Parts: sequence; C-alpha cells; structure tokens
Amino acid sequence: MVALIESVVSGRRSLLKGAALVGGLQVASPFIIKARGETPVKLGMVDPITGSLSALAVTEVEGAKWTVEQINKSGGILGRPVELLIEDSANDTGTGVQKTHKLIERDNVDAIIGDVNSGIAYAMMGVTKEKGILHIVPGGHTDPITGTDCAWNTFRTCNTTAMDTSAITGELVKRFGKKWFFITPDYAYGKTLQANFVKKLTALGGEFQGDMLPIATSDFSATLIKAKAYKPNVLLNNMGGSAQINCMKQFLQFGMGKEMALGGALFELESVRSVPKEAQAGWWCMEWYWNTPDVPAVKTFVDAISPVIGRKPTARHWMAYVSIHAVRLAAEKAKSLKGIDMARALADLPLPPEVSLMSGNIRYRAGDHQLMSNIQIGEMHPPAKDPDDLFTVAATVTGDEAAGSVESTGCKMVFPS
Amino acid sequence: MFQVVMFNLTNGLIVGAFYVLMALGLSMIINLSNVVNFAHGNFLALGGYFAFMLTPYVGFWGALLISPLLTAVFGYAIEQLLIKHVYARNHIYSLLLTFGLGFILQDVCRFFWGPSPLPLGIPDSLSTPITADLFFITWYRVFMVAVVIVAVSGLFAFLKYTRVGMRIRAGTLDLDTVSALGVNVAALRSYNFAVGSYLAGLAGVLAAGQIGLNPNMGDDLIMPSFIAIIVGGVGSLTGTLLGGLLIGVAAALTTVFYPAASEAVIYVIMAVVLLLRPRGLLGEEGMLS
Amino acid sequence: MNALIRHKYATTAIIWALLLTVPYWLPMFGGYTALAGRVLVFAMAAMSFNLLLGFTGIMSFGHAAYFGLGAYGCGLFLKYVTASTPLAMLAGTLLGGIAGTLFGLLLVRRRGVYFAMVTIAFGQVCFYIAYKWDDFTGGYDGLRGFARAALDFGAFKIDIANNSTAFYFFILAVFGLAAILQAFLLKSPFGRTMLAIRENERRARFLGLPIEKHIWLSFSISCFFTALAGSLYALLNNFADPLGLNYIMSGNIVMITVMGGMRAFWGPLIGAVLFVALQDYVSSMTTNWMFFVGLTFVCVVLFFPRGLMGMFQKGART
Repeated sequence: MVALIESVVSGRRSLLKGAALVGGLQVASPFIIKARGETPVKLGMVDPITGSLSALAVTEVEGAKWTVEQINKSGGILGRPVELLIEDSANDTGTGVQKTHKLIERDNVDAIIGDVNSGIAYAMMGVTKEKGILHIVPGGHTDPITGTDCAWNTFRTCNTTAMDTSAITGELVKRFGKKWFFITPDYAYGKTLQANFVKKLTALGGEFQGDMLPIATSDFSATLIKAKAYKPNVLLNNMGGSAQINCMKQFLQFGMGKEMALGGALFELESVRSVPKEAQAGWWCMEWYWNTPDVPAVKTFVDAISPVIGRKPTARHWMAYVSIHAVRLAAEKAKSLKGIDMARALADLPLPPEVSLMSGNIRYRAGDHQLMSNIQIGEMHPPAKDPDDLFTVAATVTGDEAAGSVESTGCKMVFPS
Repeated sequence: MFQVVMFNLTNGLIVGAFYVLMALGLSMIINLSNVVNFAHGNFLALGGYFAFMLTPYVGFWGALLISPLLTAVFGYAIEQLLIKHVYARNHIYSLLLTFGLGFILQDVCRFFWGPSPLPLGIPDSLSTPITADLFFITWYRVFMVAVVIVAVSGLFAFLKYTRVGMRIRAGTLDLDTVSALGVNVAALRSYNFAVGSYLAGLAGVLAAGQIGLNPNMGDDLIMPSFIAIIVGGVGSLTGTLLGGLLIGVAAALTTVFYPAASEAVIYVIMAVVLLLRPRGLLGEEGMLS
Repeated sequence: MNALIRHKYATTAIIWALLLTVPYWLPMFGGYTALAGRVLVFAMAAMSFNLLLGFTGIMSFGHAAYFGLGAYGCGLFLKYVTASTPLAMLAGTLLGGIAGTLFGLLLVRRRGVYFAMVTIAFGQVCFYIAYKWDDFTGGYDGLRGFARAALDFGAFKIDIANNSTAFYFFILAVFGLAAILQAFLLKSPFGRTMLAIRENERRARFLGLPIEKHIWLSFSISCFFTALAGSLYALLNNFADPLGLNYIMSGNIVMITVMGGMRAFWGPLIGAVLFVALQDYVSSMTTNWMFFVGLTFVCVVLFFPRGLMGMFQKGART
C-alpha cells in the first residue's frame, strides 16, 4: 500500500516537474499578447489564431501589431496612444462572440477588427451592431458582409468574390479560352464564388462543368479524372487552405498542367510558400502584392516591415494595416471615437497612398462599406531571386470596375437616426 | 462510364488502405485496453513531423523507417506516464485523458513547427504516374498500398505467431485469465499501445507525403477511423480492415455520382450498420458491451 | 436538522446568493455579464449530462449533439417561424430531446466504451448534417439572421434582446427552474432507481427493475434538459453553428462535469465556472491556451478525479 502511494507520488512529482518546465517555456514564448495597461484608445482584434485558419490569422495579427507600433511612434490616434488587444476566436463562433463581448464590455474598446473566418465575422457583427461599435472586417471574404447583410457599423477591407471573379475571368478567357472546369468547396463562400465565376463566364459565351467537394477534401483523383475527360481550357481551383494545396499538387502530379491552364480567385502567399516548387503555378488574383514598383509607398512599407517580420509582407499584413489606419483616419476626421461618428466619417473617405498602398481612389464605398481596392491579376511561379518573388503581375483592375454597382450587391445601408 | 467507375474503385481501395492503417492502430488499443485514444490523430501528426525533421538527414526512406519507431517509443512513454494510471477506473477517465492529451499534442506541434502547412519531400521517383492511362495512380499511391499491405500482414503475423502477439490476442478476449496465467499484463498493455502508436506514426509519414503537414491533420482522419471500427465491429481487427476498405470504396464511388455527398456516405453506412447489425460486420456479440 | 442536511442547505443558499448578485460582483474580478451567461448555459448542459453520468453511471461522449440540436431548433424557429423566445426555446428543447429519445432506443443494450463510441459517432452525424445542409442551416458559416426577441407579457415587457442584465436574469431563471426539476427528479423513486443502476447494475436487475427502460428514460430526460441549455446558447450568441455539435464540445461538457465533481448535484456548476474562467483567462494571455486546457484535463483526470466538489465529499470511490 505504502509502495503504491510512493510510486504514485513520485510519478506525480516528476509529472508536475515536467509540466512546470514546459509550462514555463510556453509562458515565456513570444505568443504572449500585450499586457493591458492604462491607455486611452483601445482597438480590439479577434482572429482565429489557433485552428485551421491560423496561418492566415497569425500574419494578420503580425501586421496589426506592427501597424499599431508605427502609429504610436507618430503620435497615435487623436494624439492619444493606441493599444491593441488581441483575442483568439479559436475558429469557434461561440468563442468569437464571447471575446467580442469581453473586448467591448470589459475592456471598453473603441473599435473591433476581425475575423478571418466569415461565419465568426457575421456573429461578431451582431454584437458590434447592437453595441454601436465600429467594426472592420479585414480578411473575411464572404459577400453578404457588404451585401445582403451589410450594416452601418461594418466595413470590409478584403475583396468580395464578385470583385475577384470580375477581375480575373476576362483575363483567363482572353489568354486561355472559355471552356472551364471548377473544383469548388461546398459551402457558402465556395458556392458564391462559383456562382459569380459562372455569371461572368457565361456572359462571355463560355461553358463549364464542375464538382462541389467537401471543404477538407484531401484526395482529388476522382474529380481530376472527370476534369481530364472534359478537356477544359482552364481548371479553376476554388478550394482553400490545405485542400487547395493538395488539389494543386495532385493536378500537377497527374501531369494535367500540360493539358490545361490552372487558375482561380485567391491563392494566398502563406499557402504558396508551403507548396513544392512545381505547385507554385497558375493564374490568380492578388488583393495586394509586395512587389508593386509603380507605387512608391509600397516600397517604403515593405522596407519598413520586412526586417521586423523576417520576410516580405503578404496581403494579410496589408489588410490589417489598412484596417487600422482606416480607424485612425475615421477618428481624426470625425474628431470622435463614437462608432456612429467614425462610421459616417469613414464612408467614402479617400485613403492616401501611404495608407492604401495602392494608386487610385481607394476608399470604403458609402453604399456598401466595401473597400474599392485594386486587384492584381498575374501568374504564380517558383521564386526567381528573392524567395518571396512568387508572383508576376500581368494586369490590374480597379475595385470600382470589378465590384459592380451597389445595387448588385444587395446592400441596403441604413444608418440609425 | 465503366472506366470511370473502375478508376474510382481502384482509388477507393487506395484511400481505404490508408484508413485501414489508421484504424488498426486505434482498434488495437481499444481492444486490449478499453481505451479510446482520442489523441491517435495527433500521434499520426507527430509521426509526420518526426519524418519532416529526419528527412534532411536520412532521406525519405530513412524517415519512413525511423519515424514510426520514434512514434512508438513516444506512445510507450505516454502510456507509462499517463494512461496506465486510469485503467482500473471508470472508462470515462481514459476518454478524458486522451482527449486532453490530444489538445496538448496539437499545441506542441503548433509550437514547435508553426501553424502553417509544411511539405514533406517525397522522392521524385514516386511522384510520377505509373502509366499515361492510369495517370491518377502515382507511384506514391502504389507505394502507400504496398506499405499498408506489408504493415497489416506484419501485424497479423505478429499477432498470430509471436508470443507477445498471442498474449495480446488472448488479452482482448479475457484479460483476467491471461493475468491469472502469470503474464505481465501491464507490460502487455504497454507493448500493445506502442504497436498502435507505431501504426499511427507510419500512417502519419504516408499521409504527410501525400497531403503535407499541419498541426490539425489528425482531426479529419480520426472520425473515419472510428467509423471503420464501428462498421467493422469493435473487437475484431479483421473487421476494422474490412470497415476501412468499405468506407474508402464507398466514398470514392459516391464521388462519381454525387461528389458533395462523398463525406456523408460513410456516416450513412455507419448508421445503417448500427441499425441493422449493431455489433458491426464482424464484431462479436457481447464484445465490450 | 442534522449537520449534513444543514450543510447541504447552506451550500445551496450560498450558491443562489452568488448567482443572484452576479452583475454586481463579477466586474470586480475582471468578468462581464455575457461571461456569466455562458457559465450558466454550460453549467446547465453539464448538469443535464450529469443526470446520466454521475447519477445513472452511463458514459455518453456525444452529448453536444443534443445541445447543438437545441440551439439549431431554437434558431431555426426564430428565423423561419416567428419571433417568440419561449416558443423557440420549446422548439429547440423538443428537437434535441426527441432526437435523443429516439437515438436512445438504439443504444440501451450497449455499455462502456462501445456506448461512448456510438454516441460520439451520432454526435458527428448531427454535426455533419448541420454543416452540409447549408441552405437550411447556414452550413459551415452557421445559422444567423435571428435574434432573441423581447418577452412580451402583455402588461409589461422584459427586454432580453438589448439589456444584458435582463438577459442574464432570464437565463438564471431558466437555469433555476431546470435545477429544481432535476433535484425533484433525483429525490423521486425514479431517481433512486438511477442511483441503484449506477451502483450495481446487476443487483438492480435482480431486484426486478427494468434496467434498459430506466436507462432509456434517464437518457431521454438528460437530452431534453441538454437541448434546453442549447436553446439558451443560441439566444446568448444570436447564432447557432456546427461546432456546437461536435465531439470537442462534447468533450468539454464531460470535462466540466468531472472537473466540478460528478457525484455532486452542484458539481457541474462549479466545473463550468472553473472551465469557462480558465478558458477565458488563459486564451487572453497566450495563444498556447490549448496546451494549458489540455494539461488541466490531464491533471484533473490523474489527480482530482472526483472533481472539486468531490474533495468535500467523503466515502464513495469512483
């Protein structure tokens, strides 16, 4: 009996020691979020830092942190220092909503930024609208956020599927032809994306076939067999995350790259970096790319942020950057941090090139609060000299051209009286 | 049409073979120790990550040999440190323990290797299709099936012809008697867990070569394993083998006709089996009930 | 009144006193009212689950299915039928409860690990349907487009839609009602039978008790209460999503119950407080919160299997 207790106790001790050691490592790690202090302007950011979307969320958060540091160096917002409070939504809606409540009710933030996951972004919109807090969605792509479900307090930085499809369809048809095959994830985002592609393609007289697959499909052989038999000009890879990567790899392994072109809407740099060289291919839209020589502000930004993050910034860094500066500009124009004042100020507010990192009239359109950013179409390729030189721009389409009219989005913007 | 169906049937067997490998490890642990290892998917991921670390030094083939062994050792360690304390208790504790362990392992993978997907380089000779006609069967898939066949045969041979194997088999039927016959049951359970982990690690290396590495990779694969076991019958390894192949083939064939439902069909099969033959295809009545 | 009964009444009184005054003391500890609401919803789900685990001895690891079905039932009702909160809650409770009752019929002969595995599988089927049937349920993105409606009693209105404090008390009221019903159930002859099954199933069978029927009943009742908790969850978030159905949520419910003490009536409430506070606090401190939560699970299982309340109870072994 005594021996038993002794063995359990010693086992306990070594386990506790081990746990303390690893626990200590964790706490000391660079993942700690900034400590809360007594600062006046507070921005709350909710992103899925853990979970399947973490690769994208982590770069967004990185961009946000750096941006806030820069803003503080040049005087903050309305002369007050800015503090960024970051919460992990863990890719779970309940958690995202809870954290939004926490940031608003307990931490009294002045604006909310998030989420990468569109479903969570929606749920958060419910809370931010109820509380009248300015809400910027930097990287959640589903159309209704600035479409049928638009809200007076919500603005979105990244593109809609309507914009991306508009931008790239013409180019793909011109270069390769009108017979397309779609591989699309079977959920709201995928369905909207494909529907928009189909609309633009059929307007140009094209024809298509396609398969709707589960989001996390890892084996595409059956669909690729079908695609090969159809002999399209272009294969559209609409999948996301790991599924997109696997689809590309298998497409190339099966030698189909010789028979048809490959394209799609988004292939984010975070994913591109993690595929083997042969899979760094195809024609895609970039919401923003670090190598944009004709906009000098881009080089300034890239040169400033690259040493800090250790590599070139991606579109996600840009999304966070623009979103936070948008809050700053809105506050400065409205001379107030009240949600409704900032929202009114931000609508149609032209963003200067140092903020938008693009040329042209870049602004959050008043009708739907969607950022009219430029979309770059081009080809993905293995790195030339710089390890991040993965994309060559062939054409640029302005947001206004690509987005279509406000009516077409279905948004009816209503401001509270 | 016939050709398409044949293509997909072959493909289904290939995918099914992979499920079999995953599910067998899980099944072995359930059968002997009554522990549902929720962290099995994370052991798979670890196997893949170990291979990632080893490949620069010993190449893919070396990683394939060594990484599952490392995973087995790791599994053995976990069993000794954590799991063996809960055998005597209510089963809910072992479920919770492995559940919590899964969280820990997933975060450890994220911490050491980052949240972004990582590629595992496979030899070029394996990346090409076997013939122009059968373009979707790359040598890597053939290789995977070959590995699975070798592993499964090895497992069954181990269980049938070696002393430890026989004891494990006897233990799944009646552990008390085995213990009364003087066998060290604690050691037996540890070896069994190590074997199960070995299979998970092996599956991990194979999966990593195919779909790349990320900390969540085990999550999607653990459900089909559960279903393979339930469909085949809890307590029967042959059942698990059949179950895995069945769901692989079913999913593949469904993709021909209605691709969006290819995931659903495995749940449907499970529901049908539970309704019509609750003990599973080859399960024994009274096993673990 | 002897010491034991006095002790029990005192515990209950203290717990109620704390719960009723939450909006006043919680902010002092860095909490916020929505957090308290979340604690109560999870506590309710865990207490309902505990009817099965702690008091009947049956291990279901897929209880999130009924929780999620309750949430979807409530949300779908509010979205497609009418904006009436009480009716929506009824719809949710019925959906989850009836699903559980039907499913229970399949399960009653199984025990142990097999039972657990099948409940997990059923949970995943529900998860899968919720996420696949996206025209109806909103799929992967979840069900949105509904909001809790104010309660209109004709003479006066309780605005639970916009007033967080009012909503908290509403949740507390529902929680209280459920707790009272569960307490009555446990004290009744049926409740005694449940305990008998937990302690020694074979002996109970020899006494002539229809075991399978009782287990089925216990399972069904547990599912109804869990579904009620689920509908509150939908009202709390104004959202229902497939992750509320999957095995990770199930695992959390089990852990809450065990952490608080599965042999104690109020155990799951304590467990919910600990778990939600832990998760909330740790995930704000570090992105490695999963490690700490997992570590807590492991430590509870190894070192505190009888949970927090269990440490105050004498006697019974697990």
